Amino acid sequence: MITLERRPEPSRMWQALTPVLAVVLTMIAGGLLFALLGKDPFEAIRTIFWDPLFNPQFASYSRPQLLVKAAPLILIAIGLSLGFRAGIWNIGAEGQYIVGAICGAAVGLAFYPTEAIYIFPLMVLAGAIGGTLWAMIPAVLKIRFGTNEILVSLMLVYVAEQLLASMALGALRNPDGGGFPGSRNLQQYPSAANPELIAGTGAHWGVVAAFIAVIAAYVLLNKHLLGYQIKLTGQAPRAARFAGVRPNVLIALCLGISGGLAGLAGLFEVSGPAGQISIDFNSFYGFTAIIVAFLGRLHPIGILLAGLLMALTYIGGELAQFMLGIPSAAIQAFQGMLLFFLLGVDVLSNFRIRIKPKQVA
Amino acid sequence: MDLSSINPLILLASLMVASTPILLAAIGELVVEKSGVLNLGVEGMMIVGAVTGFIAAVNLDSPTLGFIAAALGGALLSLLFGFLTQVLLSNQVATGLALTLFGLGIAALMGQNYVGIRAPATSDVPLGPLADIPVLGPVLFQHDAMIYISIGIVAAVWYVLTRTRAGLILRAVGESHDAAHALGYKVVRIRLMAIAFGGACAGLGGAYLSLVRVPQWTEGMTAGAGWIALAIVVFASWKPWRALLGAYLFGGITVLQLNLQAAGLKIPVEYLSMSPYLITILVLVIMSRDRTRAALNAPAALGKPFHASS
Repeated sequence: MITLERRPEPSRMWQALTPVLAVVLTMIAGGLLFALLGKDPFEAIRTIFWDPLFNPQFASYSRPQLLVKAAPLILIAIGLSLGFRAGIWNIGAEGQYIVGAICGAAVGLAFYPTEAIYIFPLMVLAGAIGGTLWAMIPAVLKIRFGTNEILVSLMLVYVAEQLLASMALGALRNPDGGGFPGSRNLQQYPSAANPELIAGTGAHWGVVAAFIAVIAAYVLLNKHLLGYQIKLTGQAPRAARFAGVRPNVLIALCLGISGGLAGLAGLFEVSGPAGQISIDFNSFYGFTAIIVAFLGRLHPIGILLAGLLMALTYIGGELAQFMLGIPSAAIQAFQGMLLFFLLGVDVLSNFRIRIKPKQVA
Repeated sequence: MDLSSINPLILLASLMVASTPILLAAIGELVVEKSGVLNLGVEGMMIVGAVTGFIAAVNLDSPTLGFIAAALGGALLSLLFGFLTQVLLSNQVATGLALTLFGLGIAALMGQNYVGIRAPATSDVPLGPLADIPVLGPVLFQHDAMIYISIGIVAAVWYVLTRTRAGLILRAVGESHDAAHALGYKVVRIRLMAIAFGGACAGLGGAYLSLVRVPQWTEGMTAGAGWIALAIVVFASWKPWRALLGAYLFGGITVLQLNLQAAGLKIPVEYLSMSPYLITILVLVIMSRDRTRAALNAPAALGKPFHASS
């Protein structure tokens, strides 16, 4: 009979190995899925994971896209990981991302057509504040009334989506757009644009921000008292209270920081790759970032790598859609599967698997 | 605006139709949470139920078989969650989220050839003279069978939870799994059964959306209904009849705002569409305001992993 025996402390070796194992298992299960869809599994996996980087025909387009897609994922996931470590579940990053984009874009559009150097910094600030404030709604309700932050932050995603639609059709609509929904294109407004900083790399200001966030989170978690308090609260809430951690401050900080980072991601996206506020501007990054945070084991460096890998599945998925006719929904299922396997194989780092002969009771 | 275009009778009759998907999902989740498990994957199970039910109903040309398929699909998906959280002891919050993300993807994949098809029509239950009663007839007695079945499920859950030994065991497992284990109850097996029941109910709820309410398949058609069902369980303080009340209140608001949209109220459509979600938040705040009472009602072992040490 197979039994599980709890390890005194999680195995470090398995903690590092399980994400890799989960990716391999997902590739196998994903291959089966693609085979069921009548596609060659090996070709599909190669198209998703190999061709975007190394196929001479596509790499020149795909490689820069890697950073473009990874930046928002990493930025959001870094923020989420802080809360997840402390047991504070912000799963409404998608909403904070949208609101950050709306606020940032609104500031930029308010200055149109003035050209000035201070416009873009102001937009960045507005994006961060918008996302933070949106995340403070579940935070304040949790602190004041003990309301479940999971449900509130999620409900606010649907509210934000409606707000986005109303902005794209109303207040922020391009007055010269001939009545079509969507705002002015910020990329055609130099003072508000978030351009590619080094040609051919895809690196825009969001990429810079993502790297800064990774470093800051690393320092915070390893060198700062707040990081220690976050980790302590997650592992032993009672001990944390005795150690003088104020849970309410932690809730506000974790939700605020993750909201701010999600808002930044939204702003960099709307002023850069997306270019404008439109009805379907949001692209599920806020939810995929949850997978990124777990795949990276809630560790900043891990999230950096996980974000790049997840960005690869986005780009490879598009390529597979184009080349092999694999539907985009299959890629979404594929990403969900990855999180499943990851959570499943995690058992190896917390437990030993023992095979014992069945005992007679 | 023309408020006279809103017919209160039709409003009340469509209220039940609008509430049933959430009611089914909520009553399933209520049982799951009573057993001490928090499954945040309701949205995922609902949408998978919606698509499997739709596919089965279209191909077999029978809504009944569609509902059965949806219940099986939802239960199957929920057992994935059950295996991960109960056997491999993964984090319940994270696994529930994974279930939702995976469910949305796999449902979109399964349903891509079924967009734009109409579901076979479900017929109303012939209730004879009852249906002809003025006022009450159209509101209460001119519906399809699933509405009555959903109310039946609520009654059955209430009866089992409060009046039978099986319900007592289920609640014991949810209040203290260690004590229940010490008494010799199979905690993991009982929880797996509760999870499968919750999945089947969520699947039925999803199928009600795609087969009766809409009745079509569109990607992402649940639009947060699963999350609202989770909120309704909190609103109901884990009591079955209150879940019915919560779901009907919620359905009433949804129907009312849709009617106001149609009547051309001066408020933009987007703000009316927000209202169900905002009201859900408001309800959650009101219910959790009194912390001691909220803590008394919630199952004590909710969301805690169970690992038998011996």
